[in-house]
Amino acid sequence: MITKTNQNLASQHNVSTMEYTSPTVNLSESKDAYLLEAEMPGVNKNGLEVLLEGNELTIVGHRQPENINAELLYRESKPREFRRVFVLDPSIDTKKISAQIDQGVLRLNLPKAERVKPRKIEVAD
Amino acid sequence: MRMNLQKPELSTWSHLDQLLNLRDEIHRLFDPRLADGQRTTEFFDGWTPAIDLYEDKENLFVKVELPGLKKDEIEVSMHDGTLSISGERKAATEDSSNQTFRSERFFGRFHRSLALPKPVAVDKIKASYKDGILTVTLPKTEEAKPKQIEVSVS
Repeated sequence: MITKTNQNLASQHNVSTMEYTSPTVNLSESKDAYLLEAEMPGVNKNGLEVLLEGNELTIVGHRQPENINAELLYRESKPREFRRVFVLDPSIDTKKISAQIDQGVLRLNLPKAERVKPRKIEVAD
Repeated sequence: MRMNLQKPELSTWSHLDQLLNLRDEIHRLFDPRLADGQRTTEFFDGWTPAIDLYEDKENLFVKVELPGLKKDEIEVSMHDGTLSISGERKAATEDSSNQTFRSERFFGRFHRSLALPKPVAVDKIKASYKDGILTVTLPKTEEAKPKQIEVSVS
């Protein structure tokens, strides 16, 4: 299982949390893996960082630079980068983590190590 | 009092912000003037995608944060100077044996509309969808564009 930690981990890395916004995430578990989905509108492959330090997974999303050269009249979006830190369960095989981002949604597949997968043991005669 | 709710190591402003938003939402819930006919709160609306509005000499631009949709799930329409953006985000068909731990994302229908500050040429509106952001380009009508008036001095 993965537990979310406070964003204050950012302070250990010498950056202010004020510059970041936390992406909304869904987290589910199947027999073989955990799936993490994070919403980061305006972020594509080039602006995405997935960092792993020990069992600490950090996702950072840099928005693509503004492509509109016009006066801003009204704003609801937050002009901040995305960042969120997760602590991974030891059962996750960190070497096999894979990531993809499509239309601003990051999907991280976190496979479980072979040793923790449920398996059937054959009974000998 | 409000400050005491926070863990000291957390960033003050973002959390204060959230609490203030929550306070506003609660006030609005109990405000009888807003009971009917008004836009419901974000609390119960589920999803209110963020909208940004830009203007230059020729165009208005509307940007909407809509992560994780397909192009054909977004509907853009214009009526009487009001731009409407609606659609539905469908949950991916998941294996029922999967267990969900955390579910912050919204699935279902959404709708936003925006009264435009300037008249636009409805037949020239263009929309594109990239990196989860919908950008609608609305060219202004000739009358709405700024004009330079020559002043002749005799």
